Amino acid sequence: MSKRKTERLLGLVVCLLSTRRYLTAEQIRAAVPGYPEGEDVFKRMFERDKEDLRDLGVPLETGLNNPFDEEAGYRIRQQAYELPELHLAADEAAVLGLAARVWQRAELAGAAAGALLKLRASGAENSVDVPAQPDIEPRLGTPEPAFGPLWEAVRDRRPVRFEYRAAGRSAPQRRELEPWGVVNRRGRWYVAGWDRARQATRVFRLSRIAGPVKFSGQPGTVTVPPGTDVRELVKDWDSAPATEHTAVLRVRSGAGVGLRRGAATVTDGAAPGWDEVTTRYGDVGWFADYAASFGADVVVLEPPDLREAVIARLKGALT
Amino acid sequence: MSALVTSTERLQRLLTLVPYVVSRRVVGLTETAAAFGIKERDLVDDLNLLWCVELRSPDPYCPIDLSYEGGEIMVSQAESIGRPLRLAVDEASALLVALRMLAEVPGIEDRSALTRLIAKLEAAAGEAAAASAQLAVQVDIHNGDGYADQIRQALEQGRRLHLRYYVPGRDEATERDVDPMRLLVVEGRPYLEGYCLRAEGVRLFRLDRVLSLTVLDTPAALPSDVEHVDVDAGLFRPSEADVQVTIELSPAGRWVAEYYPCESVAELPDGRLRVVLRTPDTGLVRRLALRLGEDGKVVSPASLVAEVREAANAALANYA
Repeated sequence: MSKRKTERLLGLVVCLLSTRRYLTAEQIRAAVPGYPEGEDVFKRMFERDKEDLRDLGVPLETGLNNPFDEEAGYRIRQQAYELPELHLAADEAAVLGLAARVWQRAELAGAAAGALLKLRASGAENSVDVPAQPDIEPRLGTPEPAFGPLWEAVRDRRPVRFEYRAAGRSAPQRRELEPWGVVNRRGRWYVAGWDRARQATRVFRLSRIAGPVKFSGQPGTVTVPPGTDVRELVKDWDSAPATEHTAVLRVRSGAGVGLRRGAATVTDGAAPGWDEVTTRYGDVGWFADYAASFGADVVVLEPPDLREAVIARLKGALT
Repeated sequence: MSALVTSTERLQRLLTLVPYVVSRRVVGLTETAAAFGIKERDLVDDLNLLWCVELRSPDPYCPIDLSYEGGEIMVSQAESIGRPLRLAVDEASALLVALRMLAEVPGIEDRSALTRLIAKLEAAAGEAAAASAQLAVQVDIHNGDGYADQIRQALEQGRRLHLRYYVPGRDEATERDVDPMRLLVVEGRPYLEGYCLRAEGVRLFRLDRVLSLTVLDTPAALPSDVEHVDVDAGLFRPSEADVQVTIELSPAGRWVAEYYPCESVAELPDGRLRVVLRTPDTGLVRRLALRLGEDGKVVSPASLVAEVREAANAALANYA
């Protein structure tokens, strides 16, 4: 960190906020101390400063004071700069305090803390004070390293490239994606967007992205189709297939508690020591795995393909 | 001053610090340093920097005037930076996404405050709020909803709960009395944190595994030395007493590494994985091994390898 740079940037902000007219780079150099003598060095430094301010969200405007001006100038309109007045009721302030804790230690934690400080600084709340241990604590984690770059890409509308290991695949594949949104569903992060190679809408799970996510284009080059609902895209992708099959099972009395919870019918004592359970399922493979996990406490009677799948699973455990 | 703070981060702080003081007229150094999470010495450095800012137009002048005598800060001249900068896209998104997540949390009774606050923030953030729509959070609420309301009620009234709770590792329905402490939502799932009288300790209960729940007339009596689970350190911290299990997974079995907290994950040839995890209950791993079939092999400990074989043989005998 350089103190001189902070001073210069602060001077630049105050200077551009105080002017109604656009100031040329030369006028700015005359007003704000800290810029170097050399023309090229000055230009480079001024460019970087402008970029730094824009990154902070400072609305830097470029324009001409009159149509005959040869060189564009800069200013910051007070109205565009200022956080609008915000008055919060006590219950709203309490909820705000809770919301600011959600990202604790996760990717957007710093942004949430910064936002809360700005709201405090605007005097919106003098009473956001959350008890040290509120009786409800929601948290969002972002353990996947892909979250940061993907969120930036969505925010700045840039395409990305990454290696992805689809479920069951032995090797990762390169994907190029125009990301439309990042979604957390049931505790897992997903990115949805347009897969350029496959020319289709695709959803990817962040935890299956191998290696770094790289930007593959400039900001502003991704267009999200109007009416896109990223949540719905992920929901459709993630949803279990419709439960259109029915299994008939023998379940040992007192066992298979998990299976019985979702059962359609349970007939106690269908055979000595056994109950008969019928239950609906969608995917044969998935349900066979589940039934196999109960070991000798569950026997599949019907249908035959499910029965065979369970036997194959159990034999597989012996190899 | 932390070396990790960049010039722009410090600028951001300064631009917030001025309105923070202005909106309060007079405010203590200690209190302000705490609000910004910095040392008092660093705050004094910030104030000195602000006070020293100079512009030439064309004669030099100081746009900001302030004092902090006797530990009380006052800004008498803030020129054009008396109000905070608008929320940046990340900032607006962080709050709005968190608020929308809260709106999905079962048992939140303050829905009207949430809705009002979201509307106010969206209005204040303007364009910066737009991106937040592309970051969505959905909380898993199946089966947990009604229970969450009952838990909030028990928390407010300080009453004990009776749970029938499913333990998948043992495929067992357990009965227990629990003194509720908090409702947590971590990684999209709601949990009850409570003192379990049966286990004589603080336990977390996943709401989707609660088979039934009753709020008892008995008042809750939490032990005085009871400690909250540190949510941010991860909910599942294996204990040294747990059994260490090594499993080799085929590509189709890789999901195990995503669903279970593993101590180590090593890539093997052909997209296979070797994971090491710790479990207090080998029954859970035995079930997992049966479910994985040829897609997951328990490699160690030897006793568990034998246990899996025995269980698979017993199950196959049912089909003979």
